[in-house]
Amino acid sequence: MGVKIGFPRTLFYFIYFPFWYTFFTGLGYEVVTSRPTNKLSLDLGVQEAVNDACLPIKLYHGHVAELKDKVDILFLPRMVSVRKLDAETFCPKFLGLPDMVRNSIAGLPEIIDEKVDLARGFFPLWKLSLKVARRLGQHREWDVWRAFVKGKAAQDNYIRHLAAGVLPQAAMETAVTGEPLRMPEIPRADLDLAILGYPYLVYDSFVNIGLFEKLAQMGVRAWTVEMVPPHRLEAQGRHLSKQLFWHFSNRAVRAAFYYLTEKRVDGIIHVTAFGCGPDAMVDKLMELEAKNRGNVPYLTLSLDEHTGEAGVLTRIEAFTDMLRIRRREHESVVSHHG
Amino acid sequence: MKVSFPIMGNSYVAFKQLVEQIGHEPVVPPLPSSRTMTLGTTYSPEFACIPFKILMGTYLEAIEKGAEVIISSGGHGPCRAGYYGEIHQRIINDLGYKTKVIIFDSVSMAFKDFFQKLHYILRTGNTSWWQFIKVYKTVWEKLLALDEIELLAHQVRPYEVEKGKTSEVYRRCLEIMDQARTRDQIREAREACFRLLQDIPQDKSRKPLKIGIVGEIYVQIEPFANLDIQATLGEMGVYTKRGIHLSEWWMETTHQSHNEEKAKTAARPYLKQMIGGHGILSVGETILYARRGFDGVVQLAPFSCIPEIVAKSILNQVSRDYGIPVLTIFLDEQTGREGLRTRLEAFVDLLQQRRQKRLGGAVS
Repeated sequence: MGVKIGFPRTLFYFIYFPFWYTFFTGLGYEVVTSRPTNKLSLDLGVQEAVNDACLPIKLYHGHVAELKDKVDILFLPRMVSVRKLDAETFCPKFLGLPDMVRNSIAGLPEIIDEKVDLARGFFPLWKLSLKVARRLGQHREWDVWRAFVKGKAAQDNYIRHLAAGVLPQAAMETAVTGEPLRMPEIPRADLDLAILGYPYLVYDSFVNIGLFEKLAQMGVRAWTVEMVPPHRLEAQGRHLSKQLFWHFSNRAVRAAFYYLTEKRVDGIIHVTAFGCGPDAMVDKLMELEAKNRGNVPYLTLSLDEHTGEAGVLTRIEAFTDMLRIRRREHESVVSHHG
Repeated sequence: MKVSFPIMGNSYVAFKQLVEQIGHEPVVPPLPSSRTMTLGTTYSPEFACIPFKILMGTYLEAIEKGAEVIISSGGHGPCRAGYYGEIHQRIINDLGYKTKVIIFDSVSMAFKDFFQKLHYILRTGNTSWWQFIKVYKTVWEKLLALDEIELLAHQVRPYEVEKGKTSEVYRRCLEIMDQARTRDQIREAREACFRLLQDIPQDKSRKPLKIGIVGEIYVQIEPFANLDIQATLGEMGVYTKRGIHLSEWWMETTHQSHNEEKAKTAARPYLKQMIGGHGILSVGETILYARRGFDGVVQLAPFSCIPEIVAKSILNQVSRDYGIPVLTIFLDEQTGREGLRTRLEAFVDLLQQRRQKRLGGAVS
């Protein structure tokens, strides 16, 4: 065969890659990803994308530009919806992403930009997989079904590992290769912080400049959106009279409610991209909720292409210091009376 | 109750009457000013778009004037504007005010909710549905007339002999329209305003450039948000036609007209997916303007507006394919009037040269 399908290693990669990887390899294709985000993907992205776009969109352009000459087909699904919930969809930039890429980058190979719209109809994911397979020229439904089942299994496996607190890179390797997982050491920590935000910011250590390692060094245990038990996450929808319109935003906000009401954390760090449209709403919502539900300390960490290591470090150091001082004061108050 | 509403272009003249005639006391917020902007930016999220911030400021000014209820429109995404009411309400509560923000979402998607809210407002105003329908018809006529007057003003302005005369007459027209209450009076006032505008001394020998305006609805309609771009261009001797007027928007939303379909069809080769807001229309309308022989297009968008960013990245290609210059202007609280004027002057110069070149070519 030897047909290479390219999958940019950013945006929905962090959540949906195991399914597509297993599906495509099950059908006999080779899946090529771009390298983990680096200076080159950033520079290419800044060069190719419209300058008003946010960092994640620029990076996506960068990853596509890096991949375009290495593969025969680019898989750039158009993410419209992944479940049925009011009017939930994705950020408009995701909706128009294949069109943005097509009109911005020259010399692209064939693109598969099938619409991922799982809010409608029966067995939507299977129908979508079938459509993608047909676009690739695969017509034997039995083969497609087998690849589909394998893909689903890998995906479920992956999500389970994420929920158990495994970071995406390790979880993805196990899910995709089937090898047993080496459980990461749990660092000694005296602070629990919820690190909320979109997977492509929270889990991309180039973009957030190694946030997780830094937190671990400071004695912080990080809790993410993906670590909330799925059914508990969905149950948090009741706190809002009107759901947000964007899938990842709903997840982030619900996780915030979970960490504020069910599993108390010492503080919340909201990781966001400069100029992110949905986050203008999400950030204010979380900030007000954190304030109204027991004054939980809240930090917004805004990332852009100029974010420097020192800046991030200083801000989280100050934040954790503040939390520890606050705790000491609280303890001393308690001991006086007790 | 004391009921207020957002300011969007000239529509407040009609909404004021609507609120009054369904039995409430209208609180017309002051027209947006730099104070509105300061108030708005202070209490809004940093990356909310300029419509959010101006509305935030307007609501706070309305609350200062005693508004108990604020009525606004909502939506179902994916544009953020559909969620603005929720956040506005939370910020207002956080500041310690009791004012309620009532958001009307689309009739077709939230039918029950829409009528429950409407019923509440009518009941508290002691207005029957029958009376409401009569009031609605009158106010609708007023809104239509206001838009027609504005359209005529934009047509006349590039020909005006004395600069600024049209804007002056237009302001007087709004006052006249404000006085008109019954349907007969509204018709009469409309005719009077038409005459006033047509009587402005004009130099018909001019051949104004034609610029189409596309973009996000609020910054297209509210002159404070777009720094009065249509008047500015008009006074440079340019005829402008913008994509949307409030009455047209209402006709489209309630499926009484289907002009948007044309734009969407035109946009299809470039953008198939509805991306919320007016993104797809910005692409489609640019193509339609190009086909109709306009000299250029200005895309207006609030800074950080998601659908318009997508549209902008596609408009580059459209501009190349159709040979129509497009100037994108992102507006935020920092945008200055003179900076904008300079950019517009440069753009108009460019269009002027293009036209001369084309005409010269035709002669030779």
